[in-house]
Amino acid sequence: MEIRKLTCISCPMGCPLTVEMEGNEVISVTGNTCKRGDIYARKEVTNPTRIVTSTVKVIGGAADMVSVKTREDIPKDKIFDCVKSLKGVEVKAPVHIGDVILPNAGGTGIDIVATKNVEEV
Amino acid sequence: MKSYDIVIIGGGPAGLAAAVSAKRNGIDSILILERDKELGGILNQCIHNGFGLHTFKEELTGPEYAQRFIDQAKELEIEYKLNTMVMDISPRKIVTAMNRQEGLFEIEAKAVILAMGCRERSRGALNIPGYRPAGIFSAGTAQRLVNMEGLMPGREVVILGSGDIGLIMARRMTFEGAKVKVVAELMPYSGGLKRNIVQCLDDYGIPLKLSHTVVDIKGKERVEGVTLAEVDSKGKPIPGTEEFYTCDTLLLSVGLIPENEISNGMGVEMNPVTSGPKVNESLETSIEGVFACGNVLHVHDLVDFVSEEAATAGRNAAAYVKGERRSAQGHEIRFLPVDGVRYTVPVTLNTARMDENLTVRFRVGAVYKNCYVGVYFDNERVIHRKRQIVAPGEMEEIKLTKEQLLKYPDLETITVKIEEA
Amino acid sequence: MYDVIIVGGGVAGAASARELSRYKVKACVLEKEEDVCCGTSKANSAIVHAGYDAATGSLMAKLNVRGNAMMEQLSKDLDFPFKRTGSFVICLSEEDMPGLQTLYDRGVANGVKDLQILNREEVLKMEPNIVDNVYAALYAPTAGIVCPFHLNIALAENAFENGVEFKFNTEVQNIRQTENGWRIETNQGAYETKYVVNAAGVYADKLHNMVSEKKIHITPRRGDYCLLDKTAGNHVSRTIFALPTKYGKGVLVTPTIHGNLLIGPTAIDVDDREGTNTTAEGLEQVIGKAGQNVKNLPLRQVITSFAGLRAHEDGHEFLIGELEDAKGFIDCAGIESPGLTSCPAIGEMVAGILKDKMGLELKEDFKATRKGILDPDTLTKEERAELIRREPAYGNIICRCEMITEGEIIDAIRRPLGAKSLDGVKRRTRAGMGRCQSGFCSPRTMEILARELGVSVADITKTGGDSKLVVGINKDTL
Repeated sequence: MEIRKLTCISCPMGCPLTVEMEGNEVISVTGNTCKRGDIYARKEVTNPTRIVTSTVKVIGGAADMVSVKTREDIPKDKIFDCVKSLKGVEVKAPVHIGDVILPNAGGTGIDIVATKNVEEV
Repeated sequence: MKSYDIVIIGGGPAGLAAAVSAKRNGIDSILILERDKELGGILNQCIHNGFGLHTFKEELTGPEYAQRFIDQAKELEIEYKLNTMVMDISPRKIVTAMNRQEGLFEIEAKAVILAMGCRERSRGALNIPGYRPAGIFSAGTAQRLVNMEGLMPGREVVILGSGDIGLIMARRMTFEGAKVKVVAELMPYSGGLKRNIVQCLDDYGIPLKLSHTVVDIKGKERVEGVTLAEVDSKGKPIPGTEEFYTCDTLLLSVGLIPENEISNGMGVEMNPVTSGPKVNESLETSIEGVFACGNVLHVHDLVDFVSEEAATAGRNAAAYVKGERRSAQGHEIRFLPVDGVRYTVPVTLNTARMDENLTVRFRVGAVYKNCYVGVYFDNERVIHRKRQIVAPGEMEEIKLTKEQLLKYPDLETITVKIEEA
Repeated sequence: MYDVIIVGGGVAGAASARELSRYKVKACVLEKEEDVCCGTSKANSAIVHAGYDAATGSLMAKLNVRGNAMMEQLSKDLDFPFKRTGSFVICLSEEDMPGLQTLYDRGVANGVKDLQILNREEVLKMEPNIVDNVYAALYAPTAGIVCPFHLNIALAENAFENGVEFKFNTEVQNIRQTENGWRIETNQGAYETKYVVNAAGVYADKLHNMVSEKKIHITPRRGDYCLLDKTAGNHVSRTIFALPTKYGKGVLVTPTIHGNLLIGPTAIDVDDREGTNTTAEGLEQVIGKAGQNVKNLPLRQVITSFAGLRAHEDGHEFLIGELEDAKGFIDCAGIESPGLTSCPAIGEMVAGILKDKMGLELKEDFKATRKGILDPDTLTKEERAELIRREPAYGNIICRCEMITEGEIIDAIRRPLGAKSLDGVKRRTRAGMGRCQSGFCSPRTMEILARELGVSVADITKTGGDSKLVVGINKDTL
């Protein structure tokens, strides 16, 4: 049996959570003071994911950089693969919110999309 | 001289939401004056996600959240000027502004909405001893360099202050290849959101040292390292606890200050606790027809509440211009923040002017667990709300209704306090 | 081969260069930093002292009073800000009155005009924020405040325009006598000169001792200061000194020429000649003592703290003159307070020595005046509108705390001996010197510097050398 310790992020309480696991199976969640803590803990130990945000260089735009994000959550352990895949990436203006900047970032199957409009100048 | 019904100072989230709301409440003649080259304010450099959960029921990044409001403002054909600095505003609402194209010019306003936002506290405000080399940045300046210009402020970073910008920058610098060694926080608790501590520090193994501060900065040309020390309950460094960290960068995330130089120049009455104007239930300052909202009024932690507050200011400014503002019959009821409650916004209310509902926002001065938020109409307790936790980093609110207030025609003081269980 | 090489581009060196540039002479200033005004001259109280402190008959006393008298005309000629605000020395008890009387008598003997001793009521009427238990004060109406950066830069620019060369990032390593004069070895190669002026500040003893058997010794004496926001700038309207008592020397409280309030300094002897770090003890002392004479100080309004080093010579006297055992080597050493006040007179004296030794002739085309960076605040609205029409950059505010425009920053970079770094821009324009301490404007100023100097933003430094502000581009090490 494995014990995982987490801090709940659902509210400022920050309850210290203890999760008992058997393989990939959650046996119990303790330390939470509300239901949200239980839900958070189960997700975080079985399938932790994050949205990753960054910026890439823009050529010929009204700004030097355009902000980007993964269109959806990606597995937490793929964060750095995803960030590294953006190294050296440049896009030509214009760029608009939602435009795909890099498909299948870091082998996650998730696209990186622009989160800002940068017009051509 | 050009004249507008409403001139809004600042085109960030507060200014945009105020403009949109004023327009929807029937005012056509609106002008936003923005000092930067684009609308959106500080959101443009806040590229992380987590904005908009309350307003749009989805998680947006800062630029996306800003764009939603920019799109609304453009759809409503609200006029704005970019790269324009407001130099001062006279008490009679003559706005003096300047830009490259028009030079120095004046605009007459029937109503003014102050939405200038805030600035970061600097090293000087903390009197951190040591050298003054390159490599000391406020977290927001570093954020601008990395996110807007693609420039790395440093490779090895120590962060002082666990405000949200500092936490966000810890993760951001890590993503760009820097090593963030430690985050030090003077207080025994973090000023940032729990979620940011977990997702910006814990996820990357960055230690957070509570009750610690920087006591020395080494390096004559570029930062070479900083010394941290533990502090006692009064915030004084404890001798013998010093620990040296090699680094080339010190980021400061040590608080935000509403940027009220223009308000001061006009003679607006200020609240020394918030460093923002004193406002009534209409978010109107001590000068009639001058309203304030967003971080210039008091520093917020969630932009959603900025937008909500700004919409209220915009609606009230519109009513003022239309002459619909219910006359100031009745009397001013005063808010009294005590026992752990540091301030309230607004500071007064008048039932003759108020809407059916009023949101009163406040902050507490320390962390309280299992406590109650108590609201007293004079000596009678009317609200006694259980809270598992309240913390200085998270703004609190209470809702009052006109119906409820009208039952107390002689009410003078509304006391808001934290009551321990 | 130069006629004269001046080592040091602080106020003493720059004033000497400027006065010397009245004559037909081939002169050069060697400065180890990237700009003038980088040592003692940039971090001090910025006071123009009346002249009652120095011992009667000393060179310090003489040059102080003379420098004070020259400052007003010089500020007009060279267009730098100076204001004769007056000063008080505060006496808190009857017991200490003899000390105050001594200062008064010495001032009179030194030739200081219009000194008065004021009683409690008179003091409080003129300065309501003096502590209630004030007993009396020495009032010196001739004291004033000046911008030390602008003074130093104005002197250097004017010297440069009159033909004096300036070599920056040039550190003297050795000085040797030659047949015709001196050979100065630096990190940038060697220079030959007939005469040397040693205006090397805290390093002046090192230079002196390279050539003379009569050794001198300079101690870097650190002074810590706190600068308060402009909202506190009117707290007092004169420089408020503490009367030294048996409990020690107090600190001063003064408005600055740009409208801030300055408190300090400490006096802490250090070993490191570059040791301009503030310390917790130093800042505590400043804050603790500032309230002794001035009440209700808004100490929450501190926007920055800094420290400077005084070049304290053991004999506490200006050492100005040709060395007996090293002819052609002119000391300008031990220039500590009141060095800033005295600098116009120091320059005059140094140039006078050289003129006499070398038989220099006046130049016909000497340009005695210089225009500073235009401060748009001094213009009427119409003039300002016209300026922006002509130069749109004056309509673009870069530093919003001090309201400094792009036009002023461009001027600071393009003018003779222009700014090359963020601090160089700051000293010339005040951009970044306000309450946010450059948080907002530094990325913008860096962009302007890069554009104007034709370099990458990544190469812009805070203050030359290894003080780069950014270290690379995003993800470059990933």
